[in-house]
Amino acid sequence: MWDIAASFRLAFGLITGADPELWRIVSLSLEVSVASALIACAIGLPLGALVAVKPLPGRRALVVAMNALFGLPSVVVGLVVYLLLSRAGPLGSLGILFTPPAIVIAQTLLVLPIVAALARQFVEDAWQEYREQLTSLGVSAVRAVPTLLWDLRYSLLTVVLAGLGRSASEVGAVMIVGGNIDGVTRVMTTAIALKTAEGDLPLALALGIVLLAMVLLLNAAAYAVREWSVKHHG
Amino acid sequence: MASAIPVRLEARGLGVQLGSVRALDNIDLAFEGPVRIALLGANGAGKSVLLRTLHGLMKPTQGEIAWSGEAAPPRGQAMVFQRPVLLRRSALSNVEYALDVNGVRGAERAARARDALARVGLAHVALRSARTLSGGEQQRLAIARAWALRPRMLFLDEPTSNLDPPAAAEIERVIGEVHAAGTAIVFSTHHLGLARRAGAEIVFLHRGRVAERTPTDVFFRSPRSPEAASYLQGELP
Repeated sequence: MWDIAASFRLAFGLITGADPELWRIVSLSLEVSVASALIACAIGLPLGALVAVKPLPGRRALVVAMNALFGLPSVVVGLVVYLLLSRAGPLGSLGILFTPPAIVIAQTLLVLPIVAALARQFVEDAWQEYREQLTSLGVSAVRAVPTLLWDLRYSLLTVVLAGLGRSASEVGAVMIVGGNIDGVTRVMTTAIALKTAEGDLPLALALGIVLLAMVLLLNAAAYAVREWSVKHHG
Repeated sequence: MASAIPVRLEARGLGVQLGSVRALDNIDLAFEGPVRIALLGANGAGKSVLLRTLHGLMKPTQGEIAWSGEAAPPRGQAMVFQRPVLLRRSALSNVEYALDVNGVRGAERAARARDALARVGLAHVALRSARTLSGGEQQRLAIARAWALRPRMLFLDEPTSNLDPPAAAEIERVIGEVHAAGTAIVFSTHHLGLARRAGAEIVFLHRGRVAERTPTDVFFRSPRSPEAASYLQGELP
């Protein structure tokens, strides 16, 4: 019990004392998580919306596939990306295995199905309300995609946050393709796993606290934005 | 605002089957020029389905619709719904969006949007978020959005339902303005007062069929069909 309390005290000391190792890890985590979430949203939001509004051939199979990929095992994604980027793999010439871009690729592949599946659900529900009106104005299904994404922007914040949360909390795939190299590819989740195993509880706890605080702050900001939008945009 | 070419819409043998329900049954109707038609009938008579089918939102399972003698409808018609969907943006931007979709860009788009808002008395709320407007203002904005497209025929599905009397009166005034500008008006309603004042002719629907088409004053004085007579007496046929 004393050890845990002492570890917490040391952890807060690391946070308030701006420990360089801690903030280097946090900074890299933010960079790769935000990058992968942005890429996944840039592809997944319009993709999900298009599947929602356009009667594509094989749409049902596509929806089932998107929902199934929602639960994609991260270690499998890590393994596939590892094989693709390894020296003998088809993308080995890029030489990015065990670098931050490799982490971004793996996280993007994990987040993309989540964003696409959630966006499809949001947009499909809204499409029931909007379809007749937009069709009446002469709006095509393809044109309806950006219209709906923009009109649902405040609701879709939840999807973006879900993507960012999934990205920031990923361990398995990141460990495989990043290698958890100190100062190069060590992010918060892999560092927590390593430091816990090493018994360095203060740093692991400090990283955990920062991770939780980030998630709380992001959700609070999203909530505030949604409240504001209801007040100002109805 | 409407084109100088008189619009002609003709529905021949129109039928719409919705599951096991015959929503429209062998409808023959022709509208030519700047008509003012009020569609009356009990709930489920087929008023909304008829408007949607004429507008092209629903495909007839039988018969055909011809615009100005051609089979394919032009974008010369617009529709205002009972509960219009407004985008989460300003009132002005809602009208500009509709114009943009229909290929009107730049200064002309802005001018036409502002003009349409002014005509329905919403110039002062042009930059307000559309969804924060009152029910009556939202309905007027929906009319402005449709009117800005300069349709030759405007369909309105129960435009004053759920509105209080002053808001309904304002909608009635706007409908009159749209018609005065040369646009044909076809609207459905349960408000007999609105039908009497805004409609020059009544098309009375009963169970998906046209029971009668009569000039408004004649309809309210002595309806030809027993269904319409019962309806006017408050007995749903």
